[in-house]
Amino acid sequence: MIVCFILLFWYSIKEFDTYQIPIASEHGVITDRLFWITMAITGIVFIITQILLFYFSYKYQHSPRRSALYFPDNYKLEFIWTIVPAVVLTILVVYGLTVWNKVMAPAPEDAEVVEILGYQFAWKVRYPGKDETLGAYDFRKIDAVNDFGLDFTDKATFDDFSPRELHLPKGQPVEFRIRARDVLHSVFAPHFRLKMDAVPGMPTRFWFVPTKTTAEMREETGNPEFNYEIACTEVCGRGHFSMRLLVIVEEPEAYEQWKAEQEPWLSKNPEYLSSVPENLKELAMIKSQIEHTAIN
Amino acid sequence: MASTVVDEHVDHTLDDHTHDHHEHHENFITKYIFSTDHKTIAKQYLITGIFWALIGGFLSLIFRLQLGFPETQLEWLRPLLGKWITTAGKLDPEFYLALVTMHGTIMVFFVLTAGLSGTFSNFLIPLQIGARDMASGFMNMLSYWFFFASSVIMFFSLFIETGPASGGWVIYPPLSALPQAMSGSGLGMTLWLIAMALFIVSTLLGGINYITTIINLRTLGMSFLKLPLTIWSFFFTAIIGLLSFPVLLGAALLLIFDRSFGTSFYLSDIYIAGEALPHMGGSPILFQHLFWFLGHPEVYIVIMPAFGITSEIISTNSRKPIFGYKAMIISLLGITVLSFVVWAHHMFVSGMNPFLGSIFMLLTLIIAIPSAVKVFNYLTTLWKGNIIFTPAMLFSIGLVSFFISGG
Ligand SMILES: [Cu+2]
Ligand SMILES: [Cu+2]
Repeated sequence: MIVCFILLFWYSIKEFDTYQIPIASEHGVITDRLFWITMAITGIVFIITQILLFYFSYKYQHSPRRSALYFPDNYKLEFIWTIVPAVVLTILVVYGLTVWNKVMAPAPEDAEVVEILGYQFAWKVRYPGKDETLGAYDFRKIDAVNDFGLDFTDKATFDDFSPRELHLPKGQPVEFRIRARDVLHSVFAPHFRLKMDAVPGMPTRFWFVPTKTTAEMREETGNPEFNYEIACTEVCGRGHFSMRLLVIVEEPEAYEQWKAEQEPWLSKNPEYLSSVPENLKELAMIKSQIEHTAIN
Repeated sequence: MASTVVDEHVDHTLDDHTHDHHEHHENFITKYIFSTDHKTIAKQYLITGIFWALIGGFLSLIFRLQLGFPETQLEWLRPLLGKWITTAGKLDPEFYLALVTMHGTIMVFFVLTAGLSGTFSNFLIPLQIGARDMASGFMNMLSYWFFFASSVIMFFSLFIETGPASGGWVIYPPLSALPQAMSGSGLGMTLWLIAMALFIVSTLLGGINYITTIINLRTLGMSFLKLPLTIWSFFFTAIIGLLSFPVLLGAALLLIFDRSFGTSFYLSDIYIAGEALPHMGGSPILFQHLFWFLGHPEVYIVIMPAFGITSEIISTNSRKPIFGYKAMIISLLGITVLSFVVWAHHMFVSGMNPFLGSIFMLLTLIIAIPSAVKVFNYLTTLWKGNIIFTPAMLFSIGLVSFFISGG
């Protein structure tokens, strides 16, 4: 058993870097600090109590020459070890609450908004486009092509675009608007210390600030193939394991440029112009940059 | 309730006296199968619990084979698993989820709830409080047979064509509500729900019995503050079960409605398999709340009997009375009460209001205090003891070590 323990500790220390994924978001630093402080406090208690447990078991082995001490109660002692954990936990609670409130606070006004839609078995992302407003949707409008159920009576949908990968600007607040189409999924991005469920019928959100570009992360990890990714952490069916979304963090300039190059969803699927109300058609064509020739 | 038992007993003895050559009432069936004797019922629970432990362990063996060695050929399992081995010689992903689901369900409910409480509460309560038997032997028998019926259905569901329930042991809808979402959500899920409903009935019958017996059938002089800690822990465990399992039953019933009768308790805005479903206005989060209202207390249902038994084993084998007997009872009580108000710590990122998250974080950390008190009391009981290392003692010390690590 002792050998096992030594092996366990040796392995944990050796493989520490694989447990400890580098942090790539602002709030990740605070949550990790909370984690390690909690770990240290409970770790100390863990070590002391384990040592006492086995030391007492060893020291007070049965001997016919000795009899056990009659010691059924000691209110002072009991009071102390009720109060001490209570005080320590109060500190942890207060600290935890401040961290929680910071992380869960509403996103700043200027946050980049991205919609993430989970379905069996992949993710889709949608950006608001030039008008900086995500267009309305309705699950009854979903079909084989219109994955999001975009509602084209809302003019904010016209310039929304849906790339294959998720691009994020470094150093700027980003808000994920998360929803699911069929069953529960969960957006999990360990490097950003981010997890939030995707719930059908109840959009959720999570905001954060990415702090390292993909290129910087490649350097830090020494892995030229490194990529951020989002995985699904809520069992959602046979393809659960394969729900992976590539995330690319870049410098704000590169990000803006990438955004400008994206083609609106409507211009990729011009047949949906027919769902646009007559009076908005002109606007739709302008916003989605569809040329007249394309539909004539 | 107590008085009827006594009356019956009196009748019974009178009966025996009046007919001299009257054979004893018990035959094989009433003695070993439909028995109302608490010791026999305890053994029935023990045997069924062991059976389930083997099945549950076996299921975990299979899925860990796939998990630990993802590249390995599992073709050799085909004679056993048939179509659940893919053409590539791997476990079918849905079957993998089914194994995980059934492993969890079996271990948590059938082994650690029924197997543990059913065996030890039934066996020990009457013996340790000086009662002749349980308050209602008949209800006790029903409790086992409901458990047995539930076991049969759950076991049967392992072998059906579409596979057993596969949505995880927490069976979150919409996944568990929609057969289109995965094949295990079809008949397998229906059987799971029926089996669990029967299981809950069994737990309630047992729990009412344990509580009644402990309150009413203590022998002369056995006051509450003289009860062994084992009995205290069984008592609180039964109370937790009695108050929380019905909520799971409610959750399961609503799920059955959603699945079979077109209601929308948990379903809203769903587009699946090329079709937008008519369900509107439900909330999957509601199910999570209901589920964890049992799910969290359930962990105490599982650990508290072990706490109680450990307290006494440590005290006996240290040749000392347990340190802080009253503090132990108060911490058991504290855990019992707090266990009902921490459930949403399983749902921090479920999308519920973050304000709820802060409350549940607070309450969850508070529950660590009674746990800490228990550990310190165990340690002090060992201190300056005269310790005899029986196997039971070794296991108990192991439990304390384990509880410090994981509790
Ligand atoms: Cu998923
Ligand atoms: Cu819990």
